[in-house]
Amino acid sequence: MNGKKLNQIIASILINSIYAMKNYPILLINTLLAPLSILVIIVFISRGALLGVGIEGALIMTMISAGIGLQGDLSHLKNDFKLQDMVVSSPTSAFIYMFGMGISELVFSIPVILLLSILAVLFLHLLVIQWIILIIILLVVFLFSISLGFFLSTLTTDVMQSWGFTGLISTLLSTVPPVYYLITYIPKPFQYIAYLSPTTYAAEIVQSTTGYLKITQLNFLLDWIILIIVTLIIFFISIKKSKWRED
Amino acid sequence: MESIKCKNLSKTYHGGKKALKKITFSFKGNGIISIIGKNGAGKTTLIRILSTELMPTSGSAYINDIDIIKTPELIREKIAIVPQEARPIHWLSPKQNIISYLMYRGYGFFESMEKAKTALKKVSLNSNLNKINRVLSGGTKRKVLVATVLSSGAKIIFLDEPTTGLDPISRNELWDVLNKLKKDYLIILTTHYLEEAERLADKVGIIDNGKLLAFDSIDGLRKKIKYNYSLKVQGDFPKLKSYHGKVIKGIDNNYQILTNEEGSYILSKIFIKKGIRFSTNQISLEDIFYYMVKKPITEERVEEDEW
Ligand SMILES: Nc1ncnc2c1ncn2[C@@H]1O[C@H](COP(=O)(O)OP(=O)(O)O)[C@@H](O)[C@H]1O
Ligand SMILES: [Mg+2]
Repeated sequence: MNGKKLNQIIASILINSIYAMKNYPILLINTLLAPLSILVIIVFISRGALLGVGIEGALIMTMISAGIGLQGDLSHLKNDFKLQDMVVSSPTSAFIYMFGMGISELVFSIPVILLLSILAVLFLHLLVIQWIILIIILLVVFLFSISLGFFLSTLTTDVMQSWGFTGLISTLLSTVPPVYYLITYIPKPFQYIAYLSPTTYAAEIVQSTTGYLKITQLNFLLDWIILIIVTLIIFFISIKKSKWRED
Repeated sequence: MESIKCKNLSKTYHGGKKALKKITFSFKGNGIISIIGKNGAGKTTLIRILSTELMPTSGSAYINDIDIIKTPELIREKIAIVPQEARPIHWLSPKQNIISYLMYRGYGFFESMEKAKTALKKVSLNSNLNKINRVLSGGTKRKVLVATVLSSGAKIIFLDEPTTGLDPISRNELWDVLNKLKKDYLIILTTHYLEEAERLADKVGIIDNGKLLAFDSIDGLRKKIKYNYSLKVQGDFPKLKSYHGKVIKGIDNNYQILTNEEGSYILSKIFIKKGIRFSTNQISLEDIFYYMVKKPITEERVEEDEW
């Protein structure tokens, strides 16, 4: 990657995260608060038993909301400030713009990721291989949610609408499915509903890797396959659907 | 030298709306081209095609002899646009706004910072303006956007209705800025303020219902319409036996007569005699625009000795 492309990627990160955090520090507290508050509730209610699962869940939820956040941000920048129009007629390509915006969502979540990582180090006592699997899963979940966010941003032209969407989808993906707790807590028939959400598979992989959940090897393999296939499908749909120069 | 050229540029949107119909014009050098037209005339569509954001349905367009329809990526270093209804990003300061935009154009951070300061000075803004864009006045916001594109190194700048919605004072300030810049840039700006085109433009394109009705200097346009004087009459149009010129019914029941110098002299005498209130002027861009775009209510020509 040449220096020019790197500068173009940094531009998105500056606009959508660094300058935003610098000028509005309150935003940071907000991103910290959402995953942590659920974590605290889960820990209290389970009398500490679900602390580990809760930390993992909070990490997954952070990835989901970071990625989904892209959709509101993209449509806000596109429709209310016409940033995308200005960038289309500049030397930046569609891919670099979107890539930078995607990274910016991750950068925005660095403080909460750091905090959760510290908690994980303190309370989870993971082996290196478990860390690696956890990080890979988090990246896959992020790729999934960023693609979904990108895809949704191509559908909505109204920011209020897309912020509404963001909240709804974030909840559907990260607090309703068994991300903060174990799927075995859900009565049998309802477990099938949980499997409609890709985050359930991600959580199963993480929870079984770190010893909180017992699943068969076949189940483990299926979880990976489903998660990756769904992610790739959404990734490619969103790339196909996206418009740069309009026709 | 900068140049822009388009031939038979047409755009039909997916819904079937024919927004542009065979637009052809060309221009060489620095200066301001002003595209004027009513809402929905097709100004934005034209600007978006020329700035490589939108594909035309047919026709060709070249900037600096580069085919911008086939190879848009070759021209993007040279062009920059402030789209219609663009706003500087609310949560950034003016300087941050410019820095990020410049980085999209490939500049490094520190170089962008220097350029941002210079650009803000160019539009007479304090280069250390320590406020976020959200709280700036409408006029200052537009200046920030103009500074943003000016700093880019692009020599061809598109401004889509840069002064719409501004108060008269801010508008005048922006005109001053643009007038100072026009010797160094080729600026293509759209407006529906005819006064704006009159104050700024080296060439004016009049666009109506997707058609380019004229593309010329204001003097050239004046010559085109063969009348060079305008008389405005308040209230009912006086019954005259005959006159030489063209009568246009304005809003609020005002009437306007476009005529030549002699006609204006003769009509003035008649109006004074009859005690009719009127004013007379050399024809303005506004008159030309109405002449071209609005349907006149009558057009009569008589021999001069019949006055
Ligand atoms: N994306 C679009 N899809 C369909 N019709 C459009 C679109 N954009 C503009 N139009 C129509 O094309 C015509 C010209 O619009 P526009 O170029 O925005 O005019 P102006 O900028 O002069 O107000 C209008 O009738 C408008 O409604
Ligand atoms: Mg317009």
